[in-house]
Amino acid sequence: MGTIYIDGKPYQADPRQNLLHACLSLGFDLPYFCWHAALGSVGACRQCAVKEFKDEKDTQGKIVMACMTPAKEETRISIHDPEAVAFRAAIVEGMMLNHPHDCPVCDVGGECHLQDMTVMTGHDYRRTRFEKRTFRNQYLGPFVYHEMNRCIQCYRCVRFYREYAGGDDLNVFGIKNAVYFGRSEDGVLENEFAGNLVEICPTGVFTDATLRHHYTRKWDMEMAPSICVHCSAGCNISVGGRYGSLRRVLTRFNSAVNGYFLCDRGRFGYEFVNSELRIRAARLNGKPISADEAGRKLKSLVSSKAIGIGSPRASLEANFALRRLVGKDRFFAGVAEDESRLITAMVEILQTGPARSPSLHDIELSDAVLILGEDVTNSAPRMALSLRQSVLQQPLAIADKLHIPSWMDSAVRDVVQDAKGPLFIAAAGATRLDDVATGTYRAAPEDVARLGFAVAHEIDSNAPEVSDLPAEIAELARIVAGALKSAKRPLVISGFSCRSESVIQSAANVAKALCDAGRPAALSLIAPECNSVGLALMEARPLSEACELAHSGHAEIGTLIVLENDLYRRMPATQAHTLLESAEHLVVLDHLANQTTAKAELLLPAGTFAESDGTMVSSEGRAQRFFSVFAQEGDVRESWRWLGDPAWSTLDDALAAMAEALPQMAPAVAAAPSSKFRMAGAKIPRESHRYSGLTSIRANISVAEPKPPDDPDSALAYSMEGSPNQPPGALQPFFWSPGWNSIQAVNKFQSEVGGPLRGGDPGVRLFEPKQGGTYFTEVPAPFARREGEWLIVPIEHIFGSEELSLQAPAVASLAPGPYLAVNAADTASLQVGAPTGEVEIELGGTKCRLPLKVLPGLPAGIAGIPAGLTPADGAVFPAWSRILRVS
Amino acid sequence: MTAEKPLTKDIPADGQALDLTGYERTGGYRGLRKALGNMTPQQVQEEVKNSGLRGRGGAGFPTGVKWSFTPMGTDAPRPKYVIANADEMEPGTFKDRYLMEGNPHQLVDGLILAGYANQADVAYIFIRGEYKVSQERLARAIAEAYSAGYLGKNILNSGYGLEMYLHVSAGRYMCGEETGLLNALEGKRANPRAKPPYPQVSGLWGKPTIVNNVETLANLPHIVEHGAAWFQGLSRTKDSGTKLYGASGKVKRPGLWELPMGTPLREIFEEYAGGMRDGLRFRGVLPGGASTDFLVEQHLDVPMDFTEVAKVGSRLGTGTMIVLDDHTCPVGMTANLIHFFAQESCGWCTPCWSGLNWADHILRAMEDGQGKPGDLEKLEFQTKFWGTGHTFCALAPGAAEPLQSALKYFREDFERHIREERCSFRK
Repeated sequence: MGTIYIDGKPYQADPRQNLLHACLSLGFDLPYFCWHAALGSVGACRQCAVKEFKDEKDTQGKIVMACMTPAKEETRISIHDPEAVAFRAAIVEGMMLNHPHDCPVCDVGGECHLQDMTVMTGHDYRRTRFEKRTFRNQYLGPFVYHEMNRCIQCYRCVRFYREYAGGDDLNVFGIKNAVYFGRSEDGVLENEFAGNLVEICPTGVFTDATLRHHYTRKWDMEMAPSICVHCSAGCNISVGGRYGSLRRVLTRFNSAVNGYFLCDRGRFGYEFVNSELRIRAARLNGKPISADEAGRKLKSLVSSKAIGIGSPRASLEANFALRRLVGKDRFFAGVAEDESRLITAMVEILQTGPARSPSLHDIELSDAVLILGEDVTNSAPRMALSLRQSVLQQPLAIADKLHIPSWMDSAVRDVVQDAKGPLFIAAAGATRLDDVATGTYRAAPEDVARLGFAVAHEIDSNAPEVSDLPAEIAELARIVAGALKSAKRPLVISGFSCRSESVIQSAANVAKALCDAGRPAALSLIAPECNSVGLALMEARPLSEACELAHSGHAEIGTLIVLENDLYRRMPATQAHTLLESAEHLVVLDHLANQTTAKAELLLPAGTFAESDGTMVSSEGRAQRFFSVFAQEGDVRESWRWLGDPAWSTLDDALAAMAEALPQMAPAVAAAPSSKFRMAGAKIPRESHRYSGLTSIRANISVAEPKPPDDPDSALAYSMEGSPNQPPGALQPFFWSPGWNSIQAVNKFQSEVGGPLRGGDPGVRLFEPKQGGTYFTEVPAPFARREGEWLIVPIEHIFGSEELSLQAPAVASLAPGPYLAVNAADTASLQVGAPTGEVEIELGGTKCRLPLKVLPGLPAGIAGIPAGLTPADGAVFPAWSRILRVS
Repeated sequence: MTAEKPLTKDIPADGQALDLTGYERTGGYRGLRKALGNMTPQQVQEEVKNSGLRGRGGAGFPTGVKWSFTPMGTDAPRPKYVIANADEMEPGTFKDRYLMEGNPHQLVDGLILAGYANQADVAYIFIRGEYKVSQERLARAIAEAYSAGYLGKNILNSGYGLEMYLHVSAGRYMCGEETGLLNALEGKRANPRAKPPYPQVSGLWGKPTIVNNVETLANLPHIVEHGAAWFQGLSRTKDSGTKLYGASGKVKRPGLWELPMGTPLREIFEEYAGGMRDGLRFRGVLPGGASTDFLVEQHLDVPMDFTEVAKVGSRLGTGTMIVLDDHTCPVGMTANLIHFFAQESCGWCTPCWSGLNWADHILRAMEDGQGKPGDLEKLEFQTKFWGTGHTFCALAPGAAEPLQSALKYFREDFERHIREERCSFRK
């Protein structure tokens, strides 16, 4: 740190940063547009002008852009200098010449950075009398709504979309005061992170198209800190709702996890909460019953030989409550046996191995990456955005050599040009990160694993060797090993997508080899669902054993309790059917109707993440708490409350019981402060201070305000009243600060701009690396094509493969239909007229007709089907099947 | 004494270009032979530095100093580039076109010398799209130079090699700004780049790059052949060499003349351009293209060089003056210029894209008789708003120059437009 002087007073600032970063970090209100903590400086908008003085004696000074000026030791600036003040007001005036001033009908009115900056600079009168330029808007798809007339030409959108997120269908057109940000023609934005434009845009050019359907102002919403349920990355979200319906999801900044960004599945998947399929009342044999009756019925059913099936999409508390209810020996993991075996293996590797499980932020800073068997953009989407930044880590050295600071974004990109990497991807087919990959290898899971084993052996000869490796793969292994070994922060990524233990083991070997070679490697193992890792820590019995019980006759299973789980997605339909039919009584808790809930004798309405509190464990092993957005309506209750010990009165009690029964889970209790937490004696309000006008909404009935619903489980209140101070990060419902009404207010909550939230980023890591560990030694045999049969592998789709978001209309509209994909040569050999031809496969006894699709890059003999989108969902993958032509 | 005219003396009067043989006959490529044969790149750099040559594109930055930042030696990043900025789009400026049409080899020669001095591997001539004749003649000259061994690998058996390409601009004023030019060459929007890093260190495709103006480059063969002292002796003032001066507007003989650097404005205007056409009176002049401040009667004796013109509140710029007469509306002229700049703003920084457009609206309104009290104050405010240091590049500060000086010297005309709600120059 060094000393800089702002308006004559000394302050401490990081000389490696710029003055805007310094001023904002010090709490000054210096307006800006084009700069963004994650995108760096480009000097376009000229809004952050300050006066800089050469030395103490300089009284003239000159205008400089704070974002483009290093905060060097002894820098002297003035924010309040009249010339700088006037210049900043003039910038806003210039931007507002063409802005439509349509705030009352604009979706970001009231949380608009442009409004905030306009007020901040003091510009209040439009001195021009000329016509405004106008644009034609475009249809950009179901997520993002376009209104170009509001544009102030800050270029943030294209910088994020193209340079940060790797998209190429949004661009900048035209010049002068008529620059147009859009696509070359109307159409759905192709990038999986397009939804971030909603937050990146400082005004209302790009707005949340789903929010438009049920429009609510920021100040009309109840908001809660939450965790995304649509994959295992554990992104932190701030969720807003009103009148019992969920209205939108915004990024909840967490510097260690998702930073400023989300993927589009995470941002727009929330609409499932408002789905027609919601289960809102308890039912007994299809007939509505009261919650009390349901509770009594459940109690009576549990007494007769109950077993429970947990869920990777239910909270730790819900799973634990079920486990406690039925007894730990009668609690089964709600996932297929192969999945549970793989995830248990993954967790064990991370708990006992030498490689650290990285946060998304760590991934962003990795300087050499090997991905084995994952299409990250489709399996843990937000992680792919971090990987897109990681490929700049080594090239940054080029800029560093020229003394260009990393925040000087445009200069860095001019210098670095197309230099990227190293990033190597080995997977069954093409992946969405191939465009930034140094090398790709498309192969069957066995061969992916063999490459991994070979890389590990290249790094450390103590690691098992791969025999009979083709020369070009051996060469590739040498190149990859060299790149990883010479990196400072190498990273290996693998996970569940391949359904291959060998692939995961090979990744673990690479990571261990690097650690043993003195390179502190990170190992990220991607789990399939939001709480897959949490469930794996619950010591549940494999689901197959529940099926065995089922086969052994009614006597074994009196009551089967299924927690937030559609078993038809977990096993072949016939097996699911047998299991569900085997129980005398079937109790199902869930929030959306599905094939399993349809069979329930007693159906209990579970709260979604928006109506529950609970804890989930991400792939990183980070336990994080989510909180209900609104009080439950009707008979909806958290699953843990339906199933829990009647003695538990709050979530704290459930957590305490869990910590006692499962000591390894004890740290998860601290994922957020308890329900007793208070700030200056007050709870933390879910509603903003601006909510006030709405309290009179029922004044025609009674002027007495009703008491807000009580929330015994958390330190948050369903109210606008409470502490105005910054709560701990885990309890931060939204970012809002005086003068900062937009999401940019997050500056005011960070220890330094772009850095951790004050008081630390939320979440508790449940596992840390251990020294040593052993190599896995079972190198698989190479993939062998079978005559007349095909290895069917699931292909993950960001939009469609995940169960809950598929019930969100916007997400569902982008999901592919069912298909069976093979490469072009294989298509020809099948003699099916693609793309219209239909084929039939048989998996786990289920016959399935699918349209044939050509997917270039798939290895010969391998066929792909979209995960979660075909009737074959419940099968064990990869699976061999014949492909029959359908005439 | 008859002043020397190294740049133009050999340009055929018939409008044809000097071909390779013709150019060689006049001493062409002799400097190159000398440099490749007897001089190290550092010596060429030194010679150019000593000559005091300043960039003829308008900014007047010393060429030798610019080159001195090029990383040299074996560990310098490769490839290195030299680029001729032939995107002559400054309104009222046509000097580079004359040089390229009449003596294309002189540019090729100069560019090879710049390449050698900076040990560049690749050269580009980035030429304005409308300059069709120059393009044809340069393409031919480059081909001739290749076949004569002045380009390609191992030029004149010196061991030094250079590939040269002619790149035709798609046409934007911003392409003439050196970093906008680099972006355009890379196939990107011609937005200016942040400096530092300067192109010498990180230019085209992130590699060391020298961008020089056509006239600057055309001087090199002569400097290398005749030496720095000779070059300094050409001028009448401290700034060395000759300069191509031009005049447009309603003068008797609009044209272009190569004269000693520092020739007084009055001499160029009166003796070479022949003064105003009969019946017209001189009112003012933009001395060096559209983006320089107006000068008026009292400034006519200023020597036209970088240093002296700056002292009287304008810039030498490209040295090609636009003369305003008393039958032409200064408001209309200014409006025309500002309209040009407003159209050509790349749209990157707010003061430029927004401010120029607003000023453009106000000036056009005035011309249409719709000026309003307060407009002049707004215009004055605007000229400061887009002043130097406030914008990302020099386009808007350049545009401010004719406007701020017009408001100073022709204020009464502006006021009358508002008062009379019409342009009194219009019938």
